[in-house]
Amino acid sequence: MNRGARRRAISAVFSAACAASVLLALLPLALILFYLLQKGIGALEWSFLFHNPKPVGEPGGGFANAIVGTLVLLGLAAVFAVPVGVIAGLYVAEYRGTRFANWVRFAADALNGVPSIVVGIFAYSVAVMPVRRFSALAGGFALGVMMIPIIARTTEELLRLVPESLRDGALALGATRAKAAWSVVLPAALPGILTGILVALARIAGETAPLLFTAFGNRFFSTRLDQPIAALTVQIYTYAVSPYEDWHRQAWAGAFLLVVVVFVLSVIARLATRRLERMHG
Amino acid sequence: MSSPKLPLFRRRRPRADDAFFRVATGAVAAVVILLAAAIAFELLRNSKLSIAKFGLKFWTGTIWDPVSGEFGAYPFLWGTLYSSILALLVAGPIAIGIAVFISELAPHWMRRPLAFLTELLAAIPSIVYGLWGVFVLVPLIRRLEVGMPESIRKLPIFSGPPVGVGMLAAVMILSIMVIPFSSAVAREVLRAVPGSQREAAYALGATRFEAIRAVLFHGRTGVIGALLLGLGRALGETMAVTMVIGNNPKASLSLFAPQHTMAAVLANEFTEAADDLYLNALVEIGLVLFVVTLIVNALSRLLIWSLESGSRVKPRAAEPVPATGSEAA
Repeated sequence: MNRGARRRAISAVFSAACAASVLLALLPLALILFYLLQKGIGALEWSFLFHNPKPVGEPGGGFANAIVGTLVLLGLAAVFAVPVGVIAGLYVAEYRGTRFANWVRFAADALNGVPSIVVGIFAYSVAVMPVRRFSALAGGFALGVMMIPIIARTTEELLRLVPESLRDGALALGATRAKAAWSVVLPAALPGILTGILVALARIAGETAPLLFTAFGNRFFSTRLDQPIAALTVQIYTYAVSPYEDWHRQAWAGAFLLVVVVFVLSVIARLATRRLERMHG
Repeated sequence: MSSPKLPLFRRRRPRADDAFFRVATGAVAAVVILLAAAIAFELLRNSKLSIAKFGLKFWTGTIWDPVSGEFGAYPFLWGTLYSSILALLVAGPIAIGIAVFISELAPHWMRRPLAFLTELLAAIPSIVYGLWGVFVLVPLIRRLEVGMPESIRKLPIFSGPPVGVGMLAAVMILSIMVIPFSSAVAREVLRAVPGSQREAAYALGATRFEAIRAVLFHGRTGVIGALLLGLGRALGETMAVTMVIGNNPKASLSLFAPQHTMAAVLANEFTEAADDLYLNALVEIGLVLFVVTLIVNALSRLLIWSLESGSRVKPRAAEPVPATGSEAA
């Protein structure tokens, strides 16, 4: 084989290997989605959605408590995280390049990388230990801590997409910098920020680890903020590691529901961001 | 009173206004910094007892027996490092291959959908990976273990009971979970390499492979950064790992042996920690996990930035938020 042919052969093998690695990654994706559909849809019935768990070991019952619990926890997390995240993102975008803005961005990146189980320990030590009780509030706080850096970073990115000319126009009309940022730039980016919040919700909706010792889970229906509360993810976990066949079935249904919610939120957010990018070039 | 109606926005002491705006938003932004600091502080505060009592021996001790008050965290440290590094070895080449395929080789119409599909992997919650691992992957691995010839089972890396749960299952799940993160960042890195690099290589008569090799070499710091980002994810991964690794605090080279990780022991034992020393020992594990992931992530970000700020592509968040579409593939 001459040298040129060998080089071309190596190149072809390399290209094939790259294509194969894509398939290698898509295979587990396909398998996971297949099993979710196969085992999840069948178990997704009326009682699953609208009934509370039956006593341990008794077949039947459902995830109503966990579905409501997850909604409560997501709401709490948003209440904690949205104001702080959006304003921090606004600050970093507005005062880009200043030392303090860099510190804020650095801290946001650092927070983003903190393992979720460690966030759980943190929330435990500030929101559970002092009152000696697991609670929905503590769980919402833990999720909120995870949500803040995500919102701050997406807000900052989206504010950057707003054309300079808009701000310049406002300043030229005599607006102060605060006024320009608050009533011109921020509203222009608002749809994007809202989708950023959706993305953040999609990501924390699937979190289990930070809830294990904050919200703790609850076999009963509860919406009280000072009491332990059920969550979709935690209940999937307890059901999955239990010895009961019927609980395994329900865990699959729960996982299916969770993935559907997460995917729908992500796809909506993705479509919306793409539209924004097209709008602002 | 030259033109009373001209300014649309009433101009009232603009400097004071701006200063107030800056301070007010800055104060809220400071919460982000305070949170990061508070996490470090709380972890330190709640691990004092264990740090004072065991010192460095905590991390070399191999016996973890909360009942008798003996806390050696080496098995968890080992399990976390072993599983994460093996996962990186498996996922790294695949992630780079995916990045190269999507940004250099695939026909244009395929690029966006492929990028979207690989990022879906990142959107699947950890608990769902765990569920899938327990009911699909682990039985498969058990079959593999049972079917393996006795002569191979004698090797240290394949020894142990054929129970299915263990290091191998954890490594496989972790690899799948890490791939989308590393490949998304690697894709950004490849985009940041100037086109002139490729053109120069092709002009010199390079084959595709040789040109891409040149591009990867040019972006090597960023590619390493992408891999480190994946490592950071793997180190802290909790639910999926704890469900398939077997939760057995015993360090072993064997891929088939049930083992344990730092994140997994926290998930399993934190609510059971009855006395203060036990709780402090667990928090110390969390503290080290926090510090290690912080260092790995900072290093990864530094490498990615150093590459991107050198090129014309504007630096962006190194965080591949799944399915935001913030990267225009």
